[in-house]
Amino acid sequence: MKPRILQVRTQILKKNDELARAMREAFVAAGVYVVNLVSSPGTGKTRLLQTTLRRLRSRGYDVAAIVGDLETDNDARRLAESGAPVRQIQTHGCCHLEADMVRDHLAGWDWEALDFLFVENIGNLVCPASWDLGESLRIALLSVTEGEDKPLKYPGLFNTADAAILTKLDLAEPCEFDRVAARANIDSVRPGMPVLETSAKTGEGVEEWIEFLCGRRDQFVRSLKKSAPSC
Amino acid sequence: MHELSIAQHLVEIATEAARDAGARRVTRVGIRVGELSCVHREALEFCFDIVTKGTLLEGAELTIEEIPVEVYCPSCDRVSRLESIQRFRCARCGQATADIRRGRELELDSLEVDGGEESVGVTPDSLDDRPVQLPAESS
Repeated sequence: MKPRILQVRTQILKKNDELARAMREAFVAAGVYVVNLVSSPGTGKTRLLQTTLRRLRSRGYDVAAIVGDLETDNDARRLAESGAPVRQIQTHGCCHLEADMVRDHLAGWDWEALDFLFVENIGNLVCPASWDLGESLRIALLSVTEGEDKPLKYPGLFNTADAAILTKLDLAEPCEFDRVAARANIDSVRPGMPVLETSAKTGEGVEEWIEFLCGRRDQFVRSLKKSAPSC
Repeated sequence: MHELSIAQHLVEIATEAARDAGARRVTRVGIRVGELSCVHREALEFCFDIVTKGTLLEGAELTIEEIPVEVYCPSCDRVSRLESIQRFRCARCGQATADIRRGRELELDSLEVDGGEESVGVTPDSLDDRPVQLPAESS
């Protein structure tokens, strides 16, 4: 018998994408600005997020975080020191977060009261790129210890980001890190993307990052015509 | 190794489509994978063979159409193929551009199946980011 051909033409990650879209609509309706942080392991996502949660809280924002790891709840415990509500996703071997994993950790939070939700993805510069988590902003982090050419080695991930952060600036000099080259490499794979520079250890650049976040959230809120605490 | 998750999603939607069409068995699965989709071909093929075991897709051939990246250049008002995914520049004038028109695809395109009625078909889903007919690539 001659085989029959079915034209299907469907996104392979359709279920994830549909769920992420529904989650984004729910976040937008509640006025929650969701930020997905992606980077290699050891770039300093947790350290920067600790500072970020603390500073945003001191500005009067209600913030929360969901953090993904293969094993342990170490990062959730570190982040909870900021006083913000934090939940840990343990993926037990899965190298990225998917929308349903985030959804399963959302119950019980007062969405109407929340201004920011941060999702700290699994440390991985390849796999998280394909998975929409319903975020409004995706940030790719690159530490100065990783080398300037990381964006050229992992263009797929940097290309899906809305902004990049160079982290651990305090180590730039001993690592002979070339900021100009790093920025040029980021711009080569994602022309026009904003690039920030921070050291969560010394505090350098952190206020600029907070301003950037608040500015993006203000734009988001204006688009919703909803009142919000000002920066 | 997110290819395992991708293969699982693929088997799920392909099985649904095959069942809806009344198929008894799937003999070929055709997918389209963009250069920017972060999918490693061999890893996906390896995972596909594992996750299809015991499903309608067991033993099916996986054919992968690789889609190169194409970007739109506002200066030239045309779409061109990217020479390198490390360099998002118009192939014609060299201007930087982040306006990607193709290359992010991760789609189940078609299935070859045994069984079911000839008249039974599957309605293609609308693909939001699927480009409409593109101008010819610049030389």
